[in-house]
Amino acid sequence: MSNRHAVPFVTPGVGILMALAAAGLAVLAARLFWGLGAVTNLDNQYPWGLWIGVDVATGVALAAGGFTTAFVAHVMHRHQYEAIVRPALLTAMLGYTFAGLGVCVDLGRYYNIWHFFVPGLPNGNSALFEVGMCVCIYLTVLYIEFLPVVCERFRGRVKLPGALGNLDGFTEGLLRVVDRTMDRVITVFIVLGVVLSCAHQSSLGTLMVIAPTKLHPLWHSTVLPLQFLLSAFAVGLAMAIFESFLASRSLKRPYEVAVLAPLSRVLPFLLTVYFAAKVIDMANRGTYAHLAELTPQTLSWLAEVGIGVVLPAALLMTHRLRRSPGWLFAASAMIVGGVALNRLNVFVIGYKAPYADTAYVPSIPEILLTVGFISLLVLLYRAFVFIFPVLHEEGESHHA
Amino acid sequence: MVTRRDFIKCAGGAVAALGGVETALASTGPHLDPDRVGVLCDFTLCIGCRRCEFACAEEAGLPHGELRAYDDTGVFAATRRPDAESLTVINRYPALSADHKPLDVKVNCLHCEHPACVSACPVTALQKNALGPVTYDPWRCIGCRYCMVACPFQIPAYEYHDATAPRVMKCTLCQDRTLEQGRPPACVEICPQEALLYGSRASLLRVAKARIEAHPDRYVDHVYGETEAGGTSWLYLADRDFHQLDLPEVASTSPAEVTESIQHGIFKGFSGPLMLAALVGVILKSAGACEKCEAEAAARNEAGKEADHE
Ligand code: SF4
Ligand code: SF4
Repeated sequence: MSNRHAVPFVTPGVGILMALAAAGLAVLAARLFWGLGAVTNLDNQYPWGLWIGVDVATGVALAAGGFTTAFVAHVMHRHQYEAIVRPALLTAMLGYTFAGLGVCVDLGRYYNIWHFFVPGLPNGNSALFEVGMCVCIYLTVLYIEFLPVVCERFRGRVKLPGALGNLDGFTEGLLRVVDRTMDRVITVFIVLGVVLSCAHQSSLGTLMVIAPTKLHPLWHSTVLPLQFLLSAFAVGLAMAIFESFLASRSLKRPYEVAVLAPLSRVLPFLLTVYFAAKVIDMANRGTYAHLAELTPQTLSWLAEVGIGVVLPAALLMTHRLRRSPGWLFAASAMIVGGVALNRLNVFVIGYKAPYADTAYVPSIPEILLTVGFISLLVLLYRAFVFIFPVLHEEGESHHA
Repeated sequence: MVTRRDFIKCAGGAVAALGGVETALASTGPHLDPDRVGVLCDFTLCIGCRRCEFACAEEAGLPHGELRAYDDTGVFAATRRPDAESLTVINRYPALSADHKPLDVKVNCLHCEHPACVSACPVTALQKNALGPVTYDPWRCIGCRYCMVACPFQIPAYEYHDATAPRVMKCTLCQDRTLEQGRPPACVEICPQEALLYGSRASLLRVAKARIEAHPDRYVDHVYGETEAGGTSWLYLADRDFHQLDLPEVASTSPAEVTESIQHGIFKGFSGPLMLAALVGVILKSAGACEKCEAEAAARNEAGKEADHE
């Protein structure tokens, strides 16, 4: 592995991640052999649990950085933010890949997933069909958007091993063609990515609109799709800031505060719009009355909105705090945590079937698989960052 | 600040797209035959013999004991729900007074007129047949269990312990018997009390209302299923409020109405996505005077020309 960084690939932390990933894969094997009933606590009252709430819904939300950063840097021509586009693109690519994997693990008949593409089978009324379809296409778009990075890595450096060496020239030519084509058409894919993202980020919220008697009134609303979309805008950028700090720290690179601080200026605005969409709707439906009840759901709502929306918005309004790496990191982490909690609330914590006589608590294997998949994702991210020119290098500019 | 304005524009577009929800036409729901069938279930006639549970298990090929085993009234100690191995169950509720009998309540899929489960299913494994039954095709099913999330009556169950080909399990109104052989469902056929009547939903609704009118002392003035969740093929008569019998109070429109109008509002003719794409395009071009992009485009052209010369 070519090392473009000052640190080795394997560190004690990486070792721990590998162990967690292995445990997750073991659960995956158990699920395939013995079925969902053997490894999960899902039942007829709670058909969806941790895997849908975290791996899929939260995963997709946190991968929103892919389209939001591309929008800022390439559609709005804020080229100073290009440094964060590639890391966010990588997060999105891996995040969506794992969200797709998460769905497949949860599907009872995962091997029928191709039914989405068989004429006559899809149901256009189903929000789930729309989410699934958009995610499939968007994942392809993300892989395509990543092609220029691959080209940049290998162009002029192709050296295939052994007899394959004869193909060096051909591969070089291929890379050149791909690179030049991508240069011309990348804008189309960026626009497509924005449209597909807006579509499925909002439809993810539509999923629960069909269960008005099951989802707690603090969250159930016909404007859930709008709220999901608005929170995706905010969390996409927050996630880009959050992961930039993590990557800098792990790879012993300087923090990119000069880029991140100005970007964070827009977050209080986005969070306020999201907050407004939540509270105006609550006021309309009078559901704020439920806040007076002291239930786990109420506390979870307060945490989601108080720590995840209001507090970071307030923090980021201050110029001084935006320039401080510690505060900027903390605020972005709160936003990420707040939106993650929102998705968990909507799909798991706020869900109660009318005849439920027990509560759903995820099983240990369910948690292990989720943690294992996240670990695997982080490991892959690290491997990509080591192999490909993803992170911004001083004095160099990408145009992806 | 341009940044802010552009974000407002983008958010505005999204709101406009979602605003389509409000103006979207009410969805039509599935096509229904005027002669579609239903079952009238009169709880006051049911004696809780549980023969229907037996007949159902037998018809559906599910594990079941001898018919005699179903005489056991011990099961009434707990309120039961249908599950993957019993698609219908009888629950017993205490008599209202000394001159009433205990009330036996049959629980199974109600075969909604505009079923949320059907609307939710991404691959049309569940379908509302125009003649009434909500049918299931395990071959199409991907096992996402969104139907279970969507059903307002919490009916579909899942074969969680089957690792290879789990099915969604619910009453299909004996889809093979009723749709292909024109016979009544197994539970209706076996019922010794005529507590279950099978026929056209419209005529059953008339029968139900006539019974209420003839015996106002015997029935509460409510045919459950006439409007619940947009109407159901199963219709129930009882001597008390239905929520005392654990039948949920649900809106008189199907939960699928709202989601379908959202989906249609945004995606019919791709109007929403197209509008959004146009908006993004406008933002992209309105900043066209961006020097960096122009310089880069020029550089690319140069490089392209050179490469062509090579
Ligand atoms: S009762 Fe539930 S499972 Fe039966 S048709 Fe209605 S929504 Fe579907
Ligand atoms: S579990 Fe099967 S029947 Fe139910 S919604 Fe999913 S694909 Fe349709």
